[in-house]
Amino acid sequence: MDPSTWFYAISLIKILVVFGVLMTTLAYLQWVERKVIAHIQVRPGPYFVGPHGLLQPLADVIKLITKEDLLPPYVNKPLYLAAPFIAVSMALLSISVIPFGPEIDVFGYHTYMQLTDLNIGVLFVLAASSVGVYGVALAGWSSNNKYALLGALRSSAQMISYELPLSLTIAAPLLISNTLSLRKLVETQGGNPAHAGTLWNWNLFHGWQWIGFLVFLISAFAETNRIPFDLAEAENELVAGFHTEYSSMKFASFFMAEYANMITVSAMAVLLFLGGWVAPWPAEYGSGLVPVAVFALAGLIAVYHGLHPARRRDRFSLPAAGLVFLFIAAAFLAPFTQSWLLPLFWFCAKTGAILFAFIWVRGTLPRFRYDQLMGFAWKYLFPVAIVNLLATGLGVALFG
Amino acid sequence: MSQPGLTDDPVALPAIQEEDAGTGRRTMVLNMGPQHPSTHGVLRLLMELDGENIAKCTPDIGYLHTGIEKEFEVKNYQQAVTLTDRVDYLAPLSNNLGWCLAVEKLLALEIPPQAQWMRVMLTELTRLNSHLVWLGTHAIDIGAMSVFLYCFREREDILRIFEMFSGQRMMTSYFRIGGLALEPPRGWQQRVGKFIDIFPSRVDEYEDLLTKNRIWIGRTRGVGKISLEDMLDLGVTGPMLRAAGLKLDIRKDQPYSSYEKFDFEIPTRTENDVYARYQVRVEEMRQSARIVKQALEGMPSGDWKADAPHVVLPDREKMKTQMEALIYHFKIVTEGFRVPEGEVFQAIESPRGELGYYVVSDGTTKPLRVHMRTPSFGNLQATGTMVQGCLIADVIASIGSMDFVLGDTDR
Repeated sequence: MDPSTWFYAISLIKILVVFGVLMTTLAYLQWVERKVIAHIQVRPGPYFVGPHGLLQPLADVIKLITKEDLLPPYVNKPLYLAAPFIAVSMALLSISVIPFGPEIDVFGYHTYMQLTDLNIGVLFVLAASSVGVYGVALAGWSSNNKYALLGALRSSAQMISYELPLSLTIAAPLLISNTLSLRKLVETQGGNPAHAGTLWNWNLFHGWQWIGFLVFLISAFAETNRIPFDLAEAENELVAGFHTEYSSMKFASFFMAEYANMITVSAMAVLLFLGGWVAPWPAEYGSGLVPVAVFALAGLIAVYHGLHPARRRDRFSLPAAGLVFLFIAAAFLAPFTQSWLLPLFWFCAKTGAILFAFIWVRGTLPRFRYDQLMGFAWKYLFPVAIVNLLATGLGVALFG
Repeated sequence: MSQPGLTDDPVALPAIQEEDAGTGRRTMVLNMGPQHPSTHGVLRLLMELDGENIAKCTPDIGYLHTGIEKEFEVKNYQQAVTLTDRVDYLAPLSNNLGWCLAVEKLLALEIPPQAQWMRVMLTELTRLNSHLVWLGTHAIDIGAMSVFLYCFREREDILRIFEMFSGQRMMTSYFRIGGLALEPPRGWQQRVGKFIDIFPSRVDEYEDLLTKNRIWIGRTRGVGKISLEDMLDLGVTGPMLRAAGLKLDIRKDQPYSSYEKFDFEIPTRTENDVYARYQVRVEEMRQSARIVKQALEGMPSGDWKADAPHVVLPDREKMKTQMEALIYHFKIVTEGFRVPEGEVFQAIESPRGELGYYVVSDGTTKPLRVHMRTPSFGNLQATGTMVQGCLIADVIASIGSMDFVLGDTDR
């Protein structure tokens, strides 16, 4: 087969895999969020659909797809229909430039664990998220509903305001790494020979970049409309905000967009500041054994509980799950799978940690008021982001 | 100045606002409720918005009007206890107490100390119950979701205690004219003691999440201000007044049901904003816990119902063995008891403020007229003044800080 056919075949497979995994992650992120929030709030969370509610996302998806799709008579029809589409497609689009791991060999063919390596990947993500605001704004405006309108106004003002500090903090690591390609960005964080492969090489620990990281995270919360910045859909004030008039799968699209955006910004934070798929310390010192230990421990715990089952069916289900975990642990030891599983593990672990922070904050903090929110962006985040950028630029110019 | 759009008739909803000739500003009318997630029931707020600022806010009540006051007139005095539960469904025992005290005043009944102390203890648990619901819903209105579920965890304990006493979780009807409905159950001391031992640490937990939280302070401090004079004119009572510095609490000023024998403080603040009201109510929860603890430790022994055979149902055993008891039982069950002619007003401090029962008796077994002075109704009057010029988000914080119950407002 000639190389271009290979290229198309591999790309198609990658797209299908990434899309499938992303969609599953979106659904299960919802499950994880409900579970984590529930445990923060001393309640069990989804429990009855499947073991520990594991099939709940599936049930939700079926419910949302089969719900009656209402079209209110007073809406501006083209925009009303286009809005969820814009929101969700732009949110999913960003994933295409996110790299999950380094260059790997698949049956002798070199490829990247990334759909496409744009040399302006960072800009592409920013552009896609900016267009995504249109989804929200148009949804609110076309709904012809006062609550939706207020929600959309708040949301577009908020997203545009927080995009500034967000972009400015993104620019700082770009200066350090001297590239706009997300893959090269990670490679520069792993390759400095002085302390190769350690976490001191990450942009987070580069000078005062942790300040930039904090600003980035805060802006990311606002950008994704999460508590404490979820004014756009502040239930208690605006009913459901911009998606008040949406039902069925159109409503679900906004939710998918929100969760996809969460995943994107978390992945961006990991790529920009936390060294992407690079392990926190070199493999010679045993970083490769961390995932083995994690999965083996999980497997052993599951097997242990299976031997002391709380319910009858746990006698079989828990040891089965335990064996799967032990098998995954073994996979991390096999040289053939190790090369691509390890980076993937670190990438997912870091992204997962940030996603957990998103959920954790939701379980803890109250919500800002609209004017406080704007004041916070312009009075605190924006100056800090500018100073951070200038200082980083100066540092890079003086010390390289 | 004439307000464009909103008429004083709150039911009429103007379609769209015209430009105000004087200022050239255009406003929008937002109808919030009666079905809205944070109007705590079926309150309807008509808000004229200038951007996100409130130009005028008119509360519209009456969506939960049940005609309870009229219904009192067809129930006999003892039956009417069950009606009072349903007025303020978050503080049923406070309402039971107000009604019982009023009728007992007319009857000039002497209530034995154990019943009085038991009433104090359960009313204070009711206050905790009500304040927990208030704190939870107020916090979730401002976005702090977890506090809501923590509060409901403790509320569940209280409801279980109520269930233990009366067999009912919410509509307890546990206080009866002449004492209590049932003998206090075996083992109540342990159950209440266990709850009251952990409760202060749980209040600390809520305070950890809110009191020093910058966002919480930002959302509540300086919000929902209204002058003390305005509040007094409008008939606001309870924690709202105490958050404005007025130390007014009927439990201290006109003690009833032997409140004078308990050692507790009336927390006050002077800031008179949503945050001050939050602090006052949280401190009240601690004080209520103190009262419950004192009642638990010093509970007098004795009878749990008054020695008044013409009012209080006789014991089952007596009824089966003594003729007078059987006659009284028959009379009370079939007809009810007669209450001497006269009228009486009895106010108590409900979790929301002054709860008064005005009862007119014509000497029969049913009241001629009952009027309730409910705290929610008075407190809700402050809405319009309080949110003038605020943002929409402040309206939510302000009406949350009033802690009204629509059942109590509309009756």
